[in-house]
Amino acid sequence: MNVRSHVAMMFHLDKCIGCHTCSIACKNIWTDRKGTEYMWWNNVETKPGTGYPTKWEDQSKYSGGWEVKDDKLKLKSTDKHKVITNIFHHPNQPSMDDYYEPWTYDYQNLFNAPEGPDQPTARPISMVTGKPMNVEAGPNWDDDLGGSPIYAANDPNLKNLTEEQKLQLFSVEQLVFFYFPRICNHCMNPSCVAACPSGALYKRGEDGIVLLDQKRCRGWRFCVPACPYKKVYYNWSTGKSEKCILCYPRLETGQAPACFHSCVGRIRYFGELLYDADKIEAMAKLPDEELINAQREMILDPFDPHVISEARRNGIPDDVIEYAQKSPVYKFVKVWKMALPPHIEFRTFPMLFYVPPMAPVMAMRKDDKLTSVSDNLFHDIEDARVPLQFLGNLFGAGQTGKVVYALKKQKAVRTYRRAVTVGDIDMATAEQMLREADCSVAEAEEIYKLTSLCTFEERFVIPPMHREMAMEGTTDPMFRKQEAGFGFMAGPKRSV
Amino acid sequence: MTTLNQFLNVILFMALPYVVAVTFLLVSIYRYRTQPFTYSSLSSQFLENKSHFWALVPFHYGIILVLAGHFLAFFIPRGVLAWNSVPLRLYALEITGLALGVMTIVGLIAGLVRRFTTPQLRMVTSPLDWTLYGLLVTQVLTGIGVAVMYPWGSSWFAATMTPYLWSIVKFSPDTSYVAGLPWLVKAHILNAYVLLWVWPFTRLAHVLVVPNPYLWRRTQVVRWNSVTETKAR
Repeated sequence: MNVRSHVAMMFHLDKCIGCHTCSIACKNIWTDRKGTEYMWWNNVETKPGTGYPTKWEDQSKYSGGWEVKDDKLKLKSTDKHKVITNIFHHPNQPSMDDYYEPWTYDYQNLFNAPEGPDQPTARPISMVTGKPMNVEAGPNWDDDLGGSPIYAANDPNLKNLTEEQKLQLFSVEQLVFFYFPRICNHCMNPSCVAACPSGALYKRGEDGIVLLDQKRCRGWRFCVPACPYKKVYYNWSTGKSEKCILCYPRLETGQAPACFHSCVGRIRYFGELLYDADKIEAMAKLPDEELINAQREMILDPFDPHVISEARRNGIPDDVIEYAQKSPVYKFVKVWKMALPPHIEFRTFPMLFYVPPMAPVMAMRKDDKLTSVSDNLFHDIEDARVPLQFLGNLFGAGQTGKVVYALKKQKAVRTYRRAVTVGDIDMATAEQMLREADCSVAEAEEIYKLTSLCTFEERFVIPPMHREMAMEGTTDPMFRKQEAGFGFMAGPKRSV
Repeated sequence: MTTLNQFLNVILFMALPYVVAVTFLLVSIYRYRTQPFTYSSLSSQFLENKSHFWALVPFHYGIILVLAGHFLAFFIPRGVLAWNSVPLRLYALEITGLALGVMTIVGLIAGLVRRFTTPQLRMVTSPLDWTLYGLLVTQVLTGIGVAVMYPWGSSWFAATMTPYLWSIVKFSPDTSYVAGLPWLVKAHILNAYVLLWVWPFTRLAHVLVVPNPYLWRRTQVVRWNSVTETKAR
C-alpha cells in the first residue's frame, strides 16, 4: 500500500443555478492576460450542449485520455511511439475555431464619433489582431440551450438515447437542461502529465495538484489533445500551455479556491482523500463498468488503523490525516456513494465528483393543461425529465445503475425531510423509502445537513498544506520567510 | 584583388566560424540558464490549423533529412564515396537530396504565405522571425542551386567541405579547400554561418531542447517538495 494524500472536490449539480460567478472569479484572478483571454479554467456548461471547447467529450475528434491495448494502458492521442509523427503537426490539436476569437468593444467610438444621423456603435474588436471582427462564437455560446437544437443536438452524451428520450430533452415546453460547471479535475492518473514530452506538467506529491512548470514547458502542446476534459489551454502569445492551478496560493494560506469561495449556490465542496497510489495502473485497465467501483476502492478509509499507520509511514502528517477524516468529499463519494466522477471511461480517474441533478420538475404541459407526471409528491426517478441514459453517459460510463442509486438516495432524503418538517408524508413511508435507498435515518440527517445547512467551514475542509515543512529539506524556512515578497519577476516576454 | 580575396577568405572562412561557434555555445547556455521561459518555438497551430500541416510537415521532414545527409558526409565521407562508386546509387542519392530540398522549400514558402496572409499569425511573428525566414529561404535556395548547378555534391563534399570543416574543428583552419569553390557554394556556406550565429537568439533554440528524455522517463511525473521525501518514495 502506498498511501498518498489528495485534495478532492465535489460539485452538487442539484444546487447549481448556472450564474457563472465561479467563472468570473477565476478569470479576474488568473486569465485576463494577453493570450489567455479565451481560457476558462472554470466554465459552466449547459447540458445537453456541446460544451467548451465544442464537443470536448468527443474523443474521436480530440483523442483524449487513455485506452487499454494489449493489456497495456496507453495514451490515446500521443503515446511515446507517436511523438515523432505528431510533433510537427498534431492531428487532434484544437484550434481557436473550436473555442472562439476573444474580443472587446470599441467603446471610445461612443464618445468620439462625429455627429451624424445614426447612433454611434461600439464595434467588436479582436483581442488577437486588434482589428474589427465579426463575432461568430463565444464562451457559453449555447448557454441555457441558446440556439438549441442546433448546438445541443451534437452533444456526445446523446448516444444510445432513444428518439423518445431525445424528444423528452428537446421538444418545446417539455425541454429540460441542467448546468455542468467544470474545472481541471486534478486527476489521479492525469493523461496531460503523461503526454508532456518536456516533463513540465507534474503532480504535486503532497496534495496531488496538477501544475505546469512554465519554465520547462517547450510548447509541444501534447497536453492539450491528451486531456480528455480539454482543461489545458495553449497561450498563443507566450507559446506555453496553462491550466487551472486550483488556486494553490490560496489553499496554502487556508483559503478555498476562488471559484469555490465565490459560489453563490454553495454547490462546491472541498476536502481531502487518502488513496492507494500503487493500484492506479491495474485499476485503470479494468472494463468501463468497473471503473467507478475501482476508484472508490482506491480511495482509502481514513479511520482504518492500518491505513493510518501506512499513511504515517509515508510521511503524511497527523493533522493531514485528521482532515481526511473530516472531508465532506469522502462522505459524498465513498460513504454515501452519491457523487460520481465525470466520464470515468477516459481512465484518468478525476478527483472532481458530481452529485447528479434531480431536475425536480413535477408537471408538464399536455393539451393546454399542466399534468403531474407522477402521483408521488416527488417524481419517480425513472420518470426523470433528464433521461437516465443521458446522465449515465455523463457520470456512469454509459451505465445508469450508479446514477439511479445516487438519485434515489437524494429523493429518499427529501421525502424523509418532508415528513419531518411538513408532515404531509407518512413517516413510515419515508423510512421505507430510505431503506430502499440504502440509507439510514442518521445518514439521511447527515446528508440533509451537509447539503442544505452546510457552513463555509463544513463545505471547505482545507487540509494544512505544510509548505513550510516541505521546504525544510532544501532551505531554512526562516530564511525563506525573510526573502519572500522581495525580488525581481520577469514578465512573460519571449524576446531574448 | 588577390589580396582582398585572401583577406576575405581569412575573415569569412577562418575567423567567422570561430566567432559563430563561440557565440552559439555561450548564448545557448546563457539563455538556457537565465531565460528558460523563452527557450522554445512559438507554435501557431492554435491560430491557424488549416494550412499548418502543409507548411510545417514538409519543411521539418525535409530539413532534418537534408541536414542528416550533410552530417553523414561530414562524419563518414569514405562511406558516402563508397556508396557513390556505383553510378546508379549516386543518381539515387542526388535525386533524393534534391527532392528533399524541394520539399523543404515548398514547406518554407507555404509557411511564409500562411504567416503573411493570416492576420492572426502576423501578430505573433516578430521581426526576428521574418529575418529567420529570410535566412532559411536563402539557405535552402542556395542549397538547391548548388545541387542543380554543381551536381555530384555528395561526392565532392567529401573532398572539399569535409577536410575544411575538420580543419576548423581541429583548430588548424585551412581555407585552401574552399578558396576555389564557386560563389554560390560559398554563399551557401556563409549563410549557414550566419544562421548558426543567430540560432541561439531566435526560436531555433527549440531544436536544442527536443524532448528526447520523454522516450525513457516514467509515465507520470510527481514532484515532492522535500528532498528527503523524494528519496523515501
